[in-house]
Amino acid sequence: MIHSVLQSLKLSLLLLILLCVVYTLILLGFAQVIAPNHGEGSVIHYTNNANGDSSYGFYNIGQDFTQDKYFWGRPSASYYNAMSPSASQLSMTDSAYLDTLKIRAAYFLSKNPTVSLKDIPAELITASGSGLDPDIRVESALIQAKRVASARGISIDKVNKLIEDNTSKPWLGLFGIPTINVLKLNVQLDALKS
Amino acid sequence: MNSELFGVIVTFLVSVALAIPLGKYMANVYSGKKTFLDFLFNGIENFFYKLSGINAQEALSWRQNLYAFLVLNLVWFIYGFVVLNFQTSLPLNPDHIAPDALSPIAAFNTTISFLANCNIQNYTGTTQLTYFSQIFVLSFFQFVTSAAGLAIGVLIFKSVVNRSTNNLGNFYYYFVRSCTRILFPICLVVAILLMWQGVPMTFKDHGTIKTLEGVVQTVARGPVAGFLAIKQIGVNGGGWFGPNSAHPFENPTYFTNTIELISIFLIPMAFVFAFGFFVNQKKFAAMIFGVMTFGTLLLLVPSLFFESKGNTSIDKKIGVAQVHGSTEGVETRFGALSTSFWAITTTAVSNGSENGAIDSLHPITITSALLAMMINALFGGAGVGFMYYYMFIIISIFVAGLMVGRSPEFMGKKIEAKEMKIAVIVILLHPLLILVPTALTTFVYSLNTDAYQHAWFINHGYHTFTEILYAYSSSTANNGSAMGGVNYGLDYWNMTTAIVILLSRYIPIIGAVAVAGSLATKKYIPTSAGTLAVDSATFSVIVFSIMVIVAALSFFPALVLGPFAEFFTCH
Repeated sequence: MIHSVLQSLKLSLLLLILLCVVYTLILLGFAQVIAPNHGEGSVIHYTNNANGDSSYGFYNIGQDFTQDKYFWGRPSASYYNAMSPSASQLSMTDSAYLDTLKIRAAYFLSKNPTVSLKDIPAELITASGSGLDPDIRVESALIQAKRVASARGISIDKVNKLIEDNTSKPWLGLFGIPTINVLKLNVQLDALKS
Repeated sequence: MNSELFGVIVTFLVSVALAIPLGKYMANVYSGKKTFLDFLFNGIENFFYKLSGINAQEALSWRQNLYAFLVLNLVWFIYGFVVLNFQTSLPLNPDHIAPDALSPIAAFNTTISFLANCNIQNYTGTTQLTYFSQIFVLSFFQFVTSAAGLAIGVLIFKSVVNRSTNNLGNFYYYFVRSCTRILFPICLVVAILLMWQGVPMTFKDHGTIKTLEGVVQTVARGPVAGFLAIKQIGVNGGGWFGPNSAHPFENPTYFTNTIELISIFLIPMAFVFAFGFFVNQKKFAAMIFGVMTFGTLLLLVPSLFFESKGNTSIDKKIGVAQVHGSTEGVETRFGALSTSFWAITTTAVSNGSENGAIDSLHPITITSALLAMMINALFGGAGVGFMYYYMFIIISIFVAGLMVGRSPEFMGKKIEAKEMKIAVIVILLHPLLILVPTALTTFVYSLNTDAYQHAWFINHGYHTFTEILYAYSSSTANNGSAMGGVNYGLDYWNMTTAIVILLSRYIPIIGAVAVAGSLATKKYIPTSAGTLAVDSATFSVIVFSIMVIVAALSFFPALVLGPFAEFFTCH
């Protein structure tokens, strides 16, 4: 027994060196070369709105946008908490679930008075799977264009053009969903002003 | 929606196209034939064997092989449990996880869960574990337990290939080769692709940023890419972040989503083909692949259909159209179809990762996911999926033999009472370990409905029963996916799921290896006109029917009380 325990222990230690230490070091090395921002998560620089300091955010991590002059992302069950994010985990059959959606839809209509209920994209009233979804679909951006344009006092054509420029194209036109990174779009909106 | 469906089909086809050559490679690796990585790994492996005093060339009996497997597992358990309990005294804790963040019971559950290749996560990685624990315990377990499962599968291959012998090869040989020549190189490639697309690989602590609107946001990160690769390739499923592959750092683009989906299928699919090449029964392997694919499609098609319709009560009661199908718990960059495809893939293959919230899926998708785990032999776990299928083969041969009045033989070996008894125990243990804890938990819940409803669930009604059933199905199938709307961090759930995971990992493996050992020693009977052709379509239909009957008959009442009841409330 002791003999085979020792054998197993030694073998495990050696494998630990290969599969954890060597493996991780190789990948860290590659990260320096091929990963965006050396593997620290790709970032996007901007001037933050509260005090005008230069700042940055993570490109892939959604931010909570609440102001009229910014495009809003998906609702988040964890309010864009990026330390322990989560989905709503609500069942579609749960009694309280639809009430939450009704409140979100009503709020959206109050802020976008020209939109009619049936045109609200479902993804703008339902919570994302991660609670940090950085993207929205094209129609979810277009439907907010009027609000954003009037809050900023710019023409809606300019906003629509920006939406079009920021739409990711599916690979070969076949693989993927055309989406818009909300943070990037908003950063470019701010840049438009100056 | 059409391009999403196209993506699903192409992903599946690419998985098959990659799995066939990989299966051939794996068969070569296990049979010791020349492979293109020999120059690198021959030396490393011999060094490992020499230092640890293991003779990997020695032919071992089934008992000796099983012993080697169990002793390794014991060593790993002690190591993992100790490290998790003292993680804050160890290095690599840049996020300053507090010593009491992970209770001993949670540490016990986590150790068992990763030791059994199950990867149920009753903790949150980013707030309860240090980088050291994530890499040196969880990621390490994801490598070695997956490799150990594959090695067990190869022992079963050997029972078929050998003519009257008492050896099943050498567990260490298969295990070490699975680590070095299969998992290690594939994971390197996958991890590099993932980090190129933006998955973090850093030892820096969480990033603190100011959002565009000026609010502070702290963003957890870490050496995710390496962890993620073995999580997918090793049929493990335990993610770095809580939302698993829904998290944009764990799955940033549609491309990474495709890579990760292929990675779920790759090894379990390739293992079926490896069987064909290893025992030189390519037609039989193709038939097994056919049954597994057919079963998976049967579960997949209705799920895709219902997710593409979305939640119809949003259309009816709120008046908002579900143009793109389900959106609750679904990430915009993946879409509803990819999320339901993932949910079925991850449960058919016993992976357990998620790219959306399973709790919010359609009741039919949840039923399909449950059935996939209840059968647990549609591709299944690394090595052990094939093992369950092998048990179904044994039972099917016996049943088919009875039907036509012949003595049942499998590959020239007679199946007798002993093998049948073990196979039946292994197969029936599965529903037992799902249904008994489900019934027990429902009973506990009924003792004080208000208190437990409040403490355990955020959902109400039939769905809570579905959640209980799902938790134990996932534990028993060593799957690890979870309906996140339950407070699993409580001691009750940690203890009960840990016990279920432990029993459902080791008893079937011990049983299956015993059957393999017993079959290997039997006298070889040459094939004659009266031999049952196991590589025929007829036999495949019988195996499939047995799987359906066992799953349907055992689980139908439970499914009616949970997801079916939900289905009828929402339609």
